[in-house]
Amino acid sequence: MNNGAVLTGEHFLNGDVACAEGALAAGCNFFAGYPITPATEVAERMSRRLPKTGGIYIQMEDEIASMAAILGASWGGAKAMTSTSGPGFSLMMENIGLGMMTETPCVLVNIMRAGPSTGLPTLVGQADVMQARWGSHGDYGVIAISPASVQEMFDLTIEAFNLSEQYRQPVFILSDEVVGHMYEKLVIPPAERIHRIERRKPEKRPDEYVPFMGEEDLVPPMACAGEGYRVHVTGLTHDEMGYPHMFHTTQERLVRRLVDKIRLNADKIIRLESDFMEDAKVVVIAYGCVSRSAREAVERARSKGLKVGMLRLITVWPFPTKKLRELAGRVETFIIPEINYGQVAYEVERCAGDRAEIVQVGIMGGTVHSPEDIYDVIEEFAQ
Amino acid sequence: MTDKRGEKQEIRVAGFGGQGIVLAGNIIGKAAALYDNLNAVFTQSYGPEARGGSCCADVVISSGTIHYPRVTTPHILVLMSEDAKNTYLGSITGSCRILIDEDLVNLQDLPEGSDLYKIPSTRIAEKLGRKIVANIVMLGFIASVTDLISYDSMKKAILASIPKGTEELNLEAFEQGYQYGKTHYASTG
Repeated sequence: MNNGAVLTGEHFLNGDVACAEGALAAGCNFFAGYPITPATEVAERMSRRLPKTGGIYIQMEDEIASMAAILGASWGGAKAMTSTSGPGFSLMMENIGLGMMTETPCVLVNIMRAGPSTGLPTLVGQADVMQARWGSHGDYGVIAISPASVQEMFDLTIEAFNLSEQYRQPVFILSDEVVGHMYEKLVIPPAERIHRIERRKPEKRPDEYVPFMGEEDLVPPMACAGEGYRVHVTGLTHDEMGYPHMFHTTQERLVRRLVDKIRLNADKIIRLESDFMEDAKVVVIAYGCVSRSAREAVERARSKGLKVGMLRLITVWPFPTKKLRELAGRVETFIIPEINYGQVAYEVERCAGDRAEIVQVGIMGGTVHSPEDIYDVIEEFAQ
Repeated sequence: MTDKRGEKQEIRVAGFGGQGIVLAGNIIGKAAALYDNLNAVFTQSYGPEARGGSCCADVVISSGTIHYPRVTTPHILVLMSEDAKNTYLGSITGSCRILIDEDLVNLQDLPEGSDLYKIPSTRIAEKLGRKIVANIVMLGFIASVTDLISYDSMKKAILASIPKGTEELNLEAFEQGYQYGKTHYASTG
């Protein structure tokens, strides 16, 4: 790729813009969206950059249409993305389900602000974690990634595209206002050093192709419009040929595969950063902007001899159930600071059962925990 | 003078919308991160108004990793409006360098442990023909009276951040702010 899409070099940019640059570096060539604070800068950057790199930018009439547009673009062979925040994320839910059901690769960026409803439009929140997991009706598997720096907004947006292509489904960047709006140094590597995964194409002849037959990893190769294959795409329960088939046996095969292609590949998808764990009695679990405050608090506590570890969720979904169950056997307390009233904390509780104490440190939105907020709780439980 | 640039430094620039406060913060961060080879995080807060609302730019600079991105107790506080003074003067604890536009901020009671540096940055900008470069005058002054950012790096960051065709005006504004500091506060920084 030599179309100016990869801005190799050092930059001082905000997280939203870094996300847009990551998308371009990943090969994104279609963006449809509707501006909303604090995600507007993603769309703004794409609107300036995409036309110059041979891509298409469309501002749609709303978020429902934006999500529909990127699904269509993806079936047309594009690498497609949209970005939004809480209220727009809610509007996208119906078509997220369509994307999951039709196994359509695309990336959806949610720069979280405080809700419910209009909430605090310009201020940070992290309360869409469960919505990202369960927001659209029906069962499906979810991949959601939570960057904690400007560099990660770039790197992990590439990762999101790669995962969406690999597992053939919408992948979420679940970021927040603080990371989206803060400026840091971003290093963009040379184009040839950017690892890109492209969707698997059918190797069979058109008359032998079974469009929704999962391969060994449960993901079917994808033939897009114009590639000579006949593909029927529907949100109805469909058989392996893609045709509607209203029987529980077909539903059983299809939905199990949609969930299992993430569930059974979870170990390959999950990314964690784990530090100071060897002798930790207390472990702080955080993600996104809060993980930065948590990290500072944990380092301070370590310097005072407190036996505390730090687990950062880089992927929030799929949840690292196995890791948490293992930790719960030897850790006494999990401290979970997050900008909501206990969403990841709820998952940790599910994994730990009654084998470890769960301490929620929730803020309802509008600000991020200071390191002191978290340190005080560590001190209370690690003494 | 001791070189404090290795330690974590917090700087807050505050004024009202339209003064170029956010751009000033951006330039400071860019100078540190891209040209002074330090880590820098720049964050901002502003009201819904396009102009005239209160406005604040925060930069954290360190040779080490910066985790928590917010400014809590600024080491350098730049004030360009009375509102900003009323809002942010209270955030100071311990030693702080306070830089003000002396025509826009009336500061009588200096918090204990802080030093005051005054410049008529808006007036200097007006004499250059464009009031909007008052922020760049202030950046020159910051480079001059603090050891936060080097002269060269600040200049490079300004050039990398302004519209084409305005280089001469902005560099003159930067230079005048810098020289004002050297002339009036020769023994410091």
